[in-house]
Amino acid sequence: MTVVSQTLFLCARVLRNLSRQPIWIVVMIVQPLFWLLLYSQLFRRITELPGFGTTSYIDYLTPGVAIMTAFFSGSWAGMGMIEDLDRGVLERFLATPASRAAIVFGRILESSIVATLQATLILICGLALGATNGGAVGWLVILVASFLTAAGFAGLSHGVALRTRQEASMIAVAQFIGLPLLFFSSLLIARALIPSWMQDLSLLNPVEWAVRAARGEALPGTDWGQMGVFLLLLAAFAGLTTSFATWSFRSYQRTL
Amino acid sequence: MDAIVVDGLVKTYGKDVRALDGIRFSVPEGEVFGLLGPNGAGKSTTVRILATLTKADSGRATVSGHDVATDPGAVRRAIGYVPQASGVDREATGRENLILQGRLQGMRGNDLERRSSDLLETFGLADKANALVKTYSGGMKRRLDVAMGLVHRPHVLFLDEPTTGLDPEARAAMWEELERLAAAERLTILLTTHYLEEADRLARHVAIVSRGQVVVEGTPEKLKRELRGDAVTVELDGGDTTGAAEVARGIEGVHDVTPDGRRLHLRVDHGAQAVPVILAALDSAGAGVNAVTVSRPSLDDVYLHHTGRDFRSDDEDRR
Repeated sequence: MTVVSQTLFLCARVLRNLSRQPIWIVVMIVQPLFWLLLYSQLFRRITELPGFGTTSYIDYLTPGVAIMTAFFSGSWAGMGMIEDLDRGVLERFLATPASRAAIVFGRILESSIVATLQATLILICGLALGATNGGAVGWLVILVASFLTAAGFAGLSHGVALRTRQEASMIAVAQFIGLPLLFFSSLLIARALIPSWMQDLSLLNPVEWAVRAARGEALPGTDWGQMGVFLLLLAAFAGLTTSFATWSFRSYQRTL
Repeated sequence: MDAIVVDGLVKTYGKDVRALDGIRFSVPEGEVFGLLGPNGAGKSTTVRILATLTKADSGRATVSGHDVATDPGAVRRAIGYVPQASGVDREATGRENLILQGRLQGMRGNDLERRSSDLLETFGLADKANALVKTYSGGMKRRLDVAMGLVHRPHVLFLDEPTTGLDPEARAAMWEELERLAAAERLTILLTTHYLEEADRLARHVAIVSRGQVVVEGTPEKLKRELRGDAVTVELDGGDTTGAAEVARGIEGVHDVTPDGRRLHLRVDHGAQAVPVILAALDSAGAGVNAVTVSRPSLDDVYLHHTGRDFRSDDEDRR
């Protein structure tokens, strides 16, 4: 399977390059832990409000921060594609028989792997701060949700990058979707405390799907069926945006 | 068999930019062929079509016997492409770049490792094989570019402006490298350049490209031989260039008078004998002369002769 092996190889190339940037590594590790500590202190007493289903905010927050991190690293992924494009790396790839799909898949996989590693770290840290987060299955669901969230938004981001081919436009789009998608979800706050029109709208939000799936087991009254539906929706979203990115890649080739 | 056949390619960008206007040439196997022309003449577009990166509007081209439009996969396996804009991964080492390129070409394992080491050795990069490319000099980066184009032992190598942006020293080193390459491997090389000197030195055959067409083709020697005698350039101090051109045309032994801005390009049988006659004739016609140069014919003159335009000013027009 050349597509698979080339995807892995192209993905390894990007991860290897990133691993040589000490500042990138430090930020990737520190930032999610910083969110976890900051929010858990800032909103410590928020669970005194009704609707959280738990009195421990860290229980509530840990899956949320994992998803938020995956969401952010996915949304910004397109920057790497623009860099390859500007430096002529993509053109060089295109003059080889390499699988075109693998060029896109490798990039998306990179975001997913980074997000999954970050989620693992967040889970360990959350545990140290006293989160319970169900058992192994709960953990696995959080990792899978992080993986899919990063893939979904990375696909979108790469698609936008290949269409705009401008860093400034790419940054504008990532910023434009960033906070709205975060706040139209129950990532930080209990769903019951959100105005009902926002609750309705949030059901269209992939971040909300990811949060609901990831948090399902951490809270009492786990609804496995519902978690499954959200995970499936998330997987469909990842599939859709990956197609969008591959399609955008083809349209980029046509403009050469 | 011809390694490259280009037959009437047309390529239009947008509505009215006609980058290629029926370009036509062929390259025998094992030869170094130079596409020479100013920036914007259509050289890079031609190479990009041959490297399957872009499609022609009409016309046909084959590389190693494979049609670029209908069998791009086979073409990609047969070619090495060294683009004008490097395309190396700056955050990776030289060796990693070679390995990646080889993997994308379907190589693996020991063969790829050995080939990469050999190329690093050949191109004088062995010392810096494990250093990140961003620490390389311009010349080293360009040599790595060429090495990457060769990793899978292609039949045909496309070199798009291989020495543009290099300092004279690095350019000379690259020329030596390319000469050795052309001699050692049984490789067809299509080289584009806007340095006349480069085409003269490296290419066995040269096609001069202007406005998307080949204007003339042949060995550099033959092209220069076709121009009789010496080239004389007269720089007038302004005034009536057309009138001065008329005067020059009337002088015996002067062929091909081409006005170009304030300059007149003349072709004469004997430079040393003609100059005093030309100066006297212009003087009596009242045309002031700033400077006169006499030179042996160069590809520059070939370009001028066939397009009626000066190479350098065409080049600047397009920038």
